[in-house]
Amino acid sequence: MREFWYQLRRHKPAMLGLVVLSLMAVAAIGAPWLSPHDPYAMQVEHVLGSPTPQYLMGTDQKGRDIFSRVLHGARISFKVGSIAVTIALFAGTAIGLIAAYYGGIVDFLLSRVVDVLFAFPDILLALAIMAILGPSLTNVMIAIGIVYIPIFARVARGSALSVKHESFVEAAHSMGVSNFTIIRRHILPNISAPLIVQATLSFAFAILAEAALSFLGLGVEPDTPSWGILLSRGKDWMGEAWWIAFFPGIAITLAVLSCNLLGDGLRDLLDPKARKAS
Amino acid sequence: MIVYIAKRLAVALPVLLGISMLAFALIHLVPGDPVTAMLGIQYNEEQAIELRAQYGLDKPMVVQYLVWLRHVLTGDLGHSMLHDQSVARAILERLPVTLQLAVGSVLLALVVSVPLGIAAAMRQHRAPDILASTFGLLGISIPNFWLGTMLTLLFALVLGWLPSGGYISPTEDLVGNLRYMLLPTLALSGAVAAVILRMTRSSMLEVIRMDYIDMARAKGASPRRVVWVHALKNALIPVLTIVGIQIGYLLGGSVVIEQIFTLPGIGRLAVQSINARDYPMLQGVILFVAVSFVFINLIVDILYAWLNPRIRL
Amino acid sequence: MNEQAPILIVRGLSVDFQTRQGRLRAVDNIDLDLHPGEMLAVVGESGCGKSTLSRAIMGLHEQTPEAQVSGSIRLRGDELAGKTERDWCALRGDRLGMVFQDPMSSLNPVYRIGAQVAEVPCLHGGVDRRDAWRQAVESLGGVGIPSPAERADQYPYEFSGGMRQRVVIAMATIGSPDVLIADEPTTALDVTIQAQIMKLMLDMRQQTNCGILLITHDLAVVAQTCDRVMVMYAGRIAEQGPVKEVFKHPTHPYTRGLLATIPGDDPPDRLPAIPGQPPELKSLGAGCPFAPRCDLAQPHCGERHPPLEGTPDHQVACWEREVRDVQ
Repeated sequence: MREFWYQLRRHKPAMLGLVVLSLMAVAAIGAPWLSPHDPYAMQVEHVLGSPTPQYLMGTDQKGRDIFSRVLHGARISFKVGSIAVTIALFAGTAIGLIAAYYGGIVDFLLSRVVDVLFAFPDILLALAIMAILGPSLTNVMIAIGIVYIPIFARVARGSALSVKHESFVEAAHSMGVSNFTIIRRHILPNISAPLIVQATLSFAFAILAEAALSFLGLGVEPDTPSWGILLSRGKDWMGEAWWIAFFPGIAITLAVLSCNLLGDGLRDLLDPKARKAS
Repeated sequence: MIVYIAKRLAVALPVLLGISMLAFALIHLVPGDPVTAMLGIQYNEEQAIELRAQYGLDKPMVVQYLVWLRHVLTGDLGHSMLHDQSVARAILERLPVTLQLAVGSVLLALVVSVPLGIAAAMRQHRAPDILASTFGLLGISIPNFWLGTMLTLLFALVLGWLPSGGYISPTEDLVGNLRYMLLPTLALSGAVAAVILRMTRSSMLEVIRMDYIDMARAKGASPRRVVWVHALKNALIPVLTIVGIQIGYLLGGSVVIEQIFTLPGIGRLAVQSINARDYPMLQGVILFVAVSFVFINLIVDILYAWLNPRIRL
Repeated sequence: MNEQAPILIVRGLSVDFQTRQGRLRAVDNIDLDLHPGEMLAVVGESGCGKSTLSRAIMGLHEQTPEAQVSGSIRLRGDELAGKTERDWCALRGDRLGMVFQDPMSSLNPVYRIGAQVAEVPCLHGGVDRRDAWRQAVESLGGVGIPSPAERADQYPYEFSGGMRQRVVIAMATIGSPDVLIADEPTTALDVTIQAQIMKLMLDMRQQTNCGILLITHDLAVVAQTCDRVMVMYAGRIAEQGPVKEVFKHPTHPYTRGLLATIPGDDPPDRLPAIPGQPPELKSLGAGCPFAPRCDLAQPHCGERHPPLEGTPDHQVACWEREVRDVQ
């Protein structure tokens, strides 16, 4: 673990990603205190104001401070990202492990279910789930969580299959260790590296997906300051006030870029073999 | 080869079946009873029962599914609840737009990214590589809807060179069509190009270290021939897999891009039908897209086998 | 022993690599003559520079700031050093052929065997595809591949290791090269196949009268097949001479150590090994690089590198050589 930290500290792109991501996380948590203005407060006298020292990113068509809204947007994005990835990570890993461990017909059926889910493009599947559940922040997290289950199932299954026949697993079997214990004690620790990498990358995808859904008006409630909502509102005022759509987009790009830098770095350090696989 | 294709089809069959079940389930999971929605304020119990019987909604789920599946297999995807149009017809009308967008984006991405990825791999850690890697990272990180919005801002609103939205059929006015399609295609292909670039680069780096590359040089093949003949075909194998996966991304991404540029494609149809609660239409679109994805990947697999003799068995 | 003029004359060949830890000289000032029809063995432990030497003669090191090749390489009197990549391409496959170590990875997995062999006459012979293919089939038959016409249509994965190495030899010899470089051609193969491949190499020499540079660490193979042997240590020549002479009277302590590692007819009680590890090339001092492992080493051995001296036939680089000759 210390060795890993040492290597990560020397991996400049990964560190850059980690630092930016941490700063954004701090901004997200501290948004209510850090925001210079109330993100919901409309000020008629400041409608469509361009960026000034007082309003760093300008104001929107209702005179609301974009900077404060982008900070609050980080809250939503990070919340959706972490909860959706947690759902996908747990459900996907469980499915993948069961498929790999029991093999045979169980594996066949679970793998086909995963294939079926894979056949639906992420955004479209998320849209369909949102059509069923109705737009709300919670539902966005559930929908995105479901959409990314298959990728975790595949990663977990693939890695578990490769350690399943290692001698330490077979030794545990021959000693009569229970299946659950073998999975927990022997298989899970050995497949965690690719799962961590995938979780980092999926966090980025989840942020993108939330923004896309909200952009389409099928994500969070329309008055929420989600980055996707800010962007889609800004799009309508592009000719008059480019900053409304510009800054939320920068925020999304920065968050996703940091995740990708960190994810690539972690993959280099933890899982050099998988570099070519995905 | 034929055996291989048959095998792939056999694996695809249960997936197709699963897709159909999921699509069928959709209509029963969405809130609101279709009959209630259809009747609206004129709702009365007798008419509702009559309509349910007419649409077979009073039968057991399995029977309903089988009846529905039989219709689907004959090309009958149901009827729109809003417009007097069959779902299949609506999809077919809008298919060319999405197809042009998706195919254009893939081609653009391939044409730009494969040579760039090769150039980056050949000059690892030097200027072209750093440039390509930066482009690759930005490409996968910039959301396509923001890229689309910014392209509109620059080329339509500031420079005024291209229209900011709308569509005209290529059979009507080819140049006009290209003017409308250029920005959406650029916006959609950015991320795909980035992914292909990254894959080409890493795959090329892997291949170029192989002994058979030394062997090719030892045979007197020119540097250009070594790269484009000996290395590229091997390096393209994983790239092709990525392209197959990216098709899914494209079909999803086109939903957003079509919305931004008001293109009358399948993706926009999906969003419109959700907003209008036209669930048979949504069901048809989702079924169509997922089935297309399976078939496109079948074609990718066949191309893959053509590139890679080892799996042709 | 060989009265013909040398076909390949190498003088002062050095290869330097720029690494993160600094500059290192993998091949240091090598002189080498190869006559037509002669088989010259280059032996040494892994990392001694023998593969780097063979790649330098093939022009496979790209001249970059990271890799520098210096010295003279003359093929039939034609100076190769300083040639452009285009000139090298015309030479490789035509007048210089190379066989690599691992036949499992030296064939391109996505092209047919016939196409890979036919590429050589296509590139050099100026023949059309059909003629090239015909030549390829012929040459596949020549290296002992049964039913070559059908096999030419197959892919590498359908070939065994030994058969693949035959294909590689066919590719290396189809252009009737003046010089054939074989970099450990049998190391990756089964013992039974090794002998067949070595016999094939001898046959090819017979047919084409090419000079063969055999890179190997298998001294038994050297004893059976080669005319002369060159022992390399840490990028330099430690000893060279006719195989019989060197094997009978090994002079350099390193050569003796190597020869002692060959299991004889009587199984020894234990396999002798040379104590210690080959030196790190980047931390070489001024003295004899073998001194730290040498049981004859004297204090002055660590001061300067010994020159390569001896009779025109048999030379050795060791400060203690004369002392031992007297004994």
